[in-house]
Amino acid sequence: MSAPTVTRRMMPSAASRLLPRWLDNLLEAIGLPLVLLGLWALSALLSPNRYFPAPWRIAEAFVKTWVGPSFFVDIVPSLGRLLIGLAFAILLGIALGVLVGSLRWLRQLLEPLFEFFRAVPPPLLVPLLAITFGIGDTAKIVVIVAGAVWPILLNTVEGVRAVDAVQRETATSYQLSTAQQVRFLVLPSAAPQIMAGIRQSLSIALILMVISEMTNSSSGLGYRITFFQQNFMIPEMWSGIILLGLIGITLAVLFQIAERFVLGWYHGLKETERA
Amino acid sequence: MRRRLQPVVLGLLGILGFLALWQLAATVGWVNGKYVPPPTEVFAALGRMTLDLNYWRTIGNTLITWAIGLSIAGVLALALGTVIGLVPVLRRYTRSTVEFLRPIPSVAIIPLAILMLGLDRDASLVIVVYATFWQIFIQTLYGVADVDPVARDTQRSFGIPATSRFVHLVLPTALPYIMTGIRLGATVALILTVTGELIIGTNGIGRLLTQRATAADYAGVYSLVVTAGLLALVINLLVRIIERRILAWHQSVRAEVVL
Amino acid sequence: MPDKTSSSTALLRVEGLRKSYGDFVTLQNISFTAKQGELICVVGPSGAGKTTLLKCIAGLLAPSGGIVELDGERVTAPPKKMAVVFQEYGRSLMPWMTVRRNVELPLLRTTPKAERRELVNKVLDAVGLSAAGDKYPWQLSGGMQQRVAIARAVAYSPEVLIMDEPFAAVDAQTRADLEDLVRYIWQQFGVTVIFVTHDIDESVYLGQRVIVLSMPPTVVQEDLEIDLPAERDQLTTRALPRFTELRTHVYGQIQKAKRDSERSPEEDAPAA
Repeated sequence: MSAPTVTRRMMPSAASRLLPRWLDNLLEAIGLPLVLLGLWALSALLSPNRYFPAPWRIAEAFVKTWVGPSFFVDIVPSLGRLLIGLAFAILLGIALGVLVGSLRWLRQLLEPLFEFFRAVPPPLLVPLLAITFGIGDTAKIVVIVAGAVWPILLNTVEGVRAVDAVQRETATSYQLSTAQQVRFLVLPSAAPQIMAGIRQSLSIALILMVISEMTNSSSGLGYRITFFQQNFMIPEMWSGIILLGLIGITLAVLFQIAERFVLGWYHGLKETERA
Repeated sequence: MRRRLQPVVLGLLGILGFLALWQLAATVGWVNGKYVPPPTEVFAALGRMTLDLNYWRTIGNTLITWAIGLSIAGVLALALGTVIGLVPVLRRYTRSTVEFLRPIPSVAIIPLAILMLGLDRDASLVIVVYATFWQIFIQTLYGVADVDPVARDTQRSFGIPATSRFVHLVLPTALPYIMTGIRLGATVALILTVTGELIIGTNGIGRLLTQRATAADYAGVYSLVVTAGLLALVINLLVRIIERRILAWHQSVRAEVVL
Repeated sequence: MPDKTSSSTALLRVEGLRKSYGDFVTLQNISFTAKQGELICVVGPSGAGKTTLLKCIAGLLAPSGGIVELDGERVTAPPKKMAVVFQEYGRSLMPWMTVRRNVELPLLRTTPKAERRELVNKVLDAVGLSAAGDKYPWQLSGGMQQRVAIARAVAYSPEVLIMDEPFAAVDAQTRADLEDLVRYIWQQFGVTVIFVTHDIDESVYLGQRVIVLSMPPTVVQEDLEIDLPAERDQLTTRALPRFTELRTHVYGQIQKAKRDSERSPEEDAPAA
C-alpha cells in the first residue's frame, strides 16, 4: 500500500490560475454583488414590483433626497447624536470599567447589578427614558449612552481583571505610580477586550439612534424613513434603507481601522504565538 | 466557605443597595417621583401584573415571536453557513456581499417590512430573522472553516466518505462556534422581537409597555422593563446550560473519534 | 550608578525571615547578609521556597516574621533601590511597547528625556541588543527577551539586582551566554546581585558565595564561599578541579537537604 498523498490538493499551482491575481480579487469582490444587482434590475424590468423599485430609481431618489437640505436637517443631527452618544459611552464605560475592575470588592458588589442592566433589551430604554427626559436631543443621546455603555463597561472590567500578575508585580517593583500603571499597563493590557466591547456597542448605538427617531420625533433618519413608508414614497424609503446601511458599513470600517491601529501589537503577538 | 460566599453576598448587597438608593431618591425628591416611581411602587405594580392573565399572555407572545424568529434564522444560517463554509469558492465570492449586508442595522428594514406585511407578527419576524441570521451564519462560517486542512486531507486520502467526514470532523470542529452563534443569536432575537413590538406594534412586552406609557402608568412601564430584563437573563441562562450540555457531550464523543 | 568605592558594609540584611501559610511553614529561619557589590547565588531543592524568599526580599510578599533591611531601612514594600528580573520574561515585558520603551518605562518619572535616551542605548549595548531597540518583545527569541528584562533592570540603576531563576526557561547554549552577561553587568555596573537558581553548576560558576537552602521548614543549610578566581569563563573555569569540588559539595548539601526532609519532616534541618 502506497503512502497516502496528502499534500497535492493543498496548494494551487501557478498553472491552475486562469486569470491574473488582481482580476481574480476584483471578480471575487464585485462578482456576486453585480449578479444580484443585475437580477434585481432584470426583475424590475420584466415584472415590476411596487415594493422593489428598479435600482436606478432608487439611485435617483437617493441623490434627490439626501443631497440637499435634508443632509443638514436629518443626517448631520442623527450622526451627531450617534457620535456624541458613543463618545460618552466609551469614556464613561472605560473610566468606570477601570475603577470597578481594579477593586475586587467593588467589582463583586456591582457586577450582578450591571449584568442585569445589560440584559434589558436596549430598545426598551427609548420609551423608558422618554418619560423622564422627554423627546429632545438630550433624551436621544441619553438613550444611546444608556444602551451602549454596558458592553464597554463590562468588557473593560473583565480586561482590567485579567491583567497579568507578573506584569503587575513588575510595574509595582519598578515604582510605577497608579496613573502610570493605568496608562502603560492596565489600559493597553485590557485593550483587546475593550475594543470587543466597543464593537458590540456600535451596533447597539445605531439601533437606538434609529428607534429613538422612529418614535416621538420630527427629524432624523429614522423619522424620514418612517415618513416615506407612511406616505408610500418607496424609492425614497429604499434610499433611506441604503443610507442607513452605508452608515453601518462606514462605522464598521472605521472601527476596523481604529482596531488595527490600537491592537497592532496584539495581532502581531497572536501571529507569533500561533507559529 | 467564606471566600466562595463573598461574591454572592456582595452582589446581592449591590442590588439591594441600588434599590435602596433609588427608593431614597424617589421619595426624598432627588428625582421626580412621578416619572421615576420608587421600587416599592414598581414591584407592587409588577406583583399586580403577575396576577393578570394578560401579562403572561404578553410574555408568551414575545416568546413565540422570539422562538419562531430564532428557529427560522437558525435553520437558514446553519444550512447556508455550512454549505458556503465548506466550499472555498463560495466563501470567496460571497465574502464581499456578506461584509456589506452584515452591518446593515435590522431596524432599517422595518419600513419595508411594514409595507409588505402589515403591522403584525410577520413584519416583526422579518427583522428578527434578518438580524439573528447574521449572528449564527457568521459563527457557522468560522466554525466550518476552522477545520484542520491536514486532518481533512488525511481522512480524504484514507478514503473516508464525505458524509462520514462531515459527521466526525466538520461537525465537532464547528459545534462550539455554532453554539456561540446560537447564544448570541438568542440575545439578538429578543432585542429585535422587542423592537418589532415597540415600532411595528406586534403583540408582546414592547407593545404593552407602549400602552402603559401612554396611559401614564409609569410604574407599569418600569415593571415591564424589569420583566424584559429577567426574561433575557433566563433565556441566556437556559441557552448557556444547553450549550454546556451539548459541548460536554460533544467533547466526550469527540475524544473517541480522534483520527 | 552605585558608587563602587563605598565601604563594604552590609547592604542587604536578612534576619530570621519566616513565612508561613496557615499551618504550613515555608521559610523557617533565613538569615544572611550581602555586602555592597557582592554576587550571591541562592540554590535549593525544588520546593525549598526560593521564589517565596525572593518575593519577601523584593517587598512583593509580606513575611510572617523576621526582617529584611536594605541600606538600614526595613523593606515593607518594593524598595526603590531594588530591581527584579523574573523567570517568566515573556510575561514581565509589555508586549504593546517596543524594547526601547520597555527599558525606558521605569525611568520616565526620574530621568529627563535626553539622559534617558543615552542610558537606554548604553544598557542595550551592554546586553548586546543595540539593534533591537525598535522591535517588539514578541519578535525576539526567549534569550533576547530575557536580555531586555536584564537591560531594563540595569537601566534602573538599582543597588540590588534580584534575579529569580531567570535562565530556567532558556536553552543551554543561550544560558551560558546569559550567565556571562550577568557577570559582565555585575562587574561593569557594580550592582549587588542576588541570583536564585536550581542549577548547581550555574550557582558555583557565577557566585562569590552560594547559599544553600534546605527543604521546608526552610533554613540556610550552608553559606559557602566560592574561592574560584575572579576572572571566569565557561571553558576554563568549569574545567578547574576546584570547580568540581565545589559543585560536588553543593550537590551533596542539596541531596542531604532532601534526605533530611524525607526522613524527619518535623525536625529542623541543620543550620549552616
